[in-house]
Amino acid sequence: MTAAHPLAPEMRVVSLRDLGGLLLALLLVAGPHALRMPWWLTLLTVGLYAWRTQIALSRAAMPSRWLVLAVAALSLAAVYFEYRTLVGRTSGIVLLVLFSGLKLLEMRTHRDGAVLAFLCYFLIVTNLLYTQSIPTAALMCAALLVVTCTLVGFSAPQRSLRANLRTAGLLLAHAAPAALVLFLLFPRVQGPLWGLPQDAYSGVTGLSDSMTPGNLSQLAQSDAVAFRAEFQGDTPAPRQRYWRGPVLWDFDGRTWSMGQNWIEQFEAPGGGSRFEYVVTLEVHNRNWLFALETAASLPERARLTSDGMIVAASPVRSRLRYALASLADAPSALRERRGLLERALLLPESGNPRARALAAEWRRGARDGAEVLLRALDYIRSAGLTYTLEPPLLGHDPVDEFLFQTQAGFCEHFSSAFVFLMRAAGLPARVVTGYQGGEVNTVDRIITVRQSDAHAWAEVFVAGRGWLRVDPTAAAVPGRIESGLARAVRAGEPLPLLIRPQLEWLRSVRHNWEALAHRWNVMVLAYSQERQRDLMASLGMRDTDWRGLTAAMASVLGVFTLVLLAWSLRRLARPDRVQRAWQAFCRKLGARGVARAPHEGPRDYAARAAGRLPAAGAAIQTIAALYLVLRYGRSPTREQVTELERRVRALRLA
Amino acid sequence: MRALLSASRLRNWFYGYAPLERGTVVLGHRRVYIVPTRLGWIYAATLGILLVGSINYALQLGFALTFLLAGMGIAGMVHTTRNLARLAVSTARAESVFAGETAQFRLLLDNRAHYDRPALLARHTGSGAQVVLDVPAGALGEAVLAVPAQRRGWLPLGRVMLETRFPLGLFRAWSYVEPDSRCLVYPRPERTPLPAPAAIAAAGAARAYAQGSDDFSGLRDYQPSDSPRHVAWKAAARSDAMLTKQFSGAAGVELWLDWSHLRGTADAEQRLSRLAGWVLGAEQAGAAYGLRLPGLELAPGRGDAHRSACLQALALHPGA
Repeated sequence: MTAAHPLAPEMRVVSLRDLGGLLLALLLVAGPHALRMPWWLTLLTVGLYAWRTQIALSRAAMPSRWLVLAVAALSLAAVYFEYRTLVGRTSGIVLLVLFSGLKLLEMRTHRDGAVLAFLCYFLIVTNLLYTQSIPTAALMCAALLVVTCTLVGFSAPQRSLRANLRTAGLLLAHAAPAALVLFLLFPRVQGPLWGLPQDAYSGVTGLSDSMTPGNLSQLAQSDAVAFRAEFQGDTPAPRQRYWRGPVLWDFDGRTWSMGQNWIEQFEAPGGGSRFEYVVTLEVHNRNWLFALETAASLPERARLTSDGMIVAASPVRSRLRYALASLADAPSALRERRGLLERALLLPESGNPRARALAAEWRRGARDGAEVLLRALDYIRSAGLTYTLEPPLLGHDPVDEFLFQTQAGFCEHFSSAFVFLMRAAGLPARVVTGYQGGEVNTVDRIITVRQSDAHAWAEVFVAGRGWLRVDPTAAAVPGRIESGLARAVRAGEPLPLLIRPQLEWLRSVRHNWEALAHRWNVMVLAYSQERQRDLMASLGMRDTDWRGLTAAMASVLGVFTLVLLAWSLRRLARPDRVQRAWQAFCRKLGARGVARAPHEGPRDYAARAAGRLPAAGAAIQTIAALYLVLRYGRSPTREQVTELERRVRALRLA
Repeated sequence: MRALLSASRLRNWFYGYAPLERGTVVLGHRRVYIVPTRLGWIYAATLGILLVGSINYALQLGFALTFLLAGMGIAGMVHTTRNLARLAVSTARAESVFAGETAQFRLLLDNRAHYDRPALLARHTGSGAQVVLDVPAGALGEAVLAVPAQRRGWLPLGRVMLETRFPLGLFRAWSYVEPDSRCLVYPRPERTPLPAPAAIAAAGAARAYAQGSDDFSGLRDYQPSDSPRHVAWKAAARSDAMLTKQFSGAAGVELWLDWSHLRGTADAEQRLSRLAGWVLGAEQAGAAYGLRLPGLELAPGRGDAHRSACLQALALHPGA
């Protein structure tokens, strides 16, 4: 009675084909992680996979439980040694990848195999934590198919791989409509359910709330997209593309930092040329949003600080879309708080004596602030400073060293030195960081701003003019603003791949691809609560909350199941046309008392029926003969089928 | 009232059919049951974790994957049902066996659908005999269930469970059928020496017969009841006619295998076993033999048909 159940997965031993499927799946889902892991942990994982493969190929004995446990403990220790934690995001994923190898090593039956397949599904999602781009999505779709095919193979080991692949494809195709509906209707919640691990956003790049010589030039070597902006109407000229970010006030001799700021009542400025646009901001895990200077309206639920930075209610942890308007070349407000102006003059007690002396000299010879500013700009223009992505390291007095010794730096050096000079000369000044420029896609006219466009400039308060934007980098290296970073640095410097001028020929391919990627970002990845509400409204469901969505979702799923079930029934219950006509014929005769006996063939039946109903005898015999031809004949034609149907319909049994 | 609530009626109502179905049984959806397997629950738990992770990290593609897998689970459920539903089950004749052997019940699984039905398990609930088979689209699969035959008489097939977990193993669909199929089980033959014709002749129960199987005495026309052992195959190969070899000899006696001769054996079953052994022995020896049981007498004869008739009479004998 308690015989082993042959369909139970724990009773079925994993075959070489099953192992191959799982290895391929693991290659697809763990491969991208392996490229990110330290090489020796990658090697360890590959070693585990290879070990299991060798066991399968040579039909060797499986390693003992204790050996596997020992390797597991070793892996744990290795991960801890590398990351100093086991619960972080990166270390957790590395552990999962290692455990996939360990599970493989102790895999004997289909039960273990299925658990490993589920782990593969899980690893697919961990890949999405790093990137959700179209290529990643395509790779993960391939992985999904491989894992599912392997899972089907567990249930049907005798079947050909091709048939199993077809079944897996069919299952996924059937699942797609339900998945789409669930994706659109599942209520989205804002923010995480619980605290994320410390390194949850370790992969994100972007501006920080401070600036130390070297960190911007490092950022500028990244190809990563910072944000994209879609303009309604004209796009701003390159020299107008200053995307304002954090404003840095406090200087400790080396590092500029944001310090305290506070929210201010927003008052729309006037003048200048107005641009209206929508920004799709990538995740940067910070509160601030970027806007073209000067913002004329604020995105929903965002506010403005006293120094003109736009901040969101919470850090940007998923791709964010916001609409706003800006005024380019708008005049600044003329008044500023006394406290802020005093803060904008603060400098460390000592350091950079030569720069201080230079500033004091300007101040002595000038009538007012505006003249000091002009002198300073003249100096920057003529001092022979060069622009480089690989600035030399600076020592104790970074401003002096940059201005008088190395004379080569990135925008952070320029702006830092300039603001220092201004403050030393008695003009209130601050550093503004953000992005400058961006590339217009010729396909969809969207401006893509990358981390390589990261920039820092200065703002100087001049009595009677208000805060003025001064870009010392532009003054020293005019090409930076008009033609971008690639033209401004010397040939041979390590530029990010995508902005290298040598790759011009790739431009149109790239633009098309980026336009597609942007659509993907906007349509799929930036799908949010707001977009969901808009969609429901366009379907005529206003004010839907999660309850309405859940109800809609449940009913759609129910309908989906019923439709699938009906489909599976229909394909079975429906006999072909010939059979249906014959059944109708038998029913007609049955109604006249000549029912067909189960054992009776068409010929015998027709003969009996013709004998009982002689008036219709000829018609009955013809129909039976036609049926026999259609059923057993060599090449029945469509016309014959139609004729059979017609004759059965026309049969009158008086 | 008691009859209404009897366990078997309740069970029949629950399983959606009355036992002993004749002819071909098509498994309707109504009688295909489906529940998640343990693996199915693990899958559901995995999906739960994926969903929570997707919410927490606001992973849109994570949502997409989770929902795709959820949809696949549901589609898998439908496919699992489909793998069993509308399967036409019938039985083929089961060859008679002796008690102590295994009856080979043949279950015919007719896949009239346009898709394959892989990995179908047929399991005899009484004995646990089971077999897994794939039935391709439009094909007829034969599941042979080896059910131990313990006692003589008719052995009904009883309830058979058909089960499948294809395609994902997340669900287990099953259905019960109880086809009207039975196997005749002859008594376990007990090989004892045949009763000596002389001894029996002395008792007046046998007389010398002109023909036996010792010496070849000629050919005659084949009759369907003749043993294949006695067909003149070489002669048949040369001409169209089937001929049977005839023998004459000392063994050519007429035997009466008589219940009453075993009066010394108290147990009726043992008597039947011994008689069955004699039938086999007599047939092997080529003798003509008759069988005499209380209330039943089979005239002497030989050949497979006669042998079967004798054994059937023994199998179905009401006993003491």
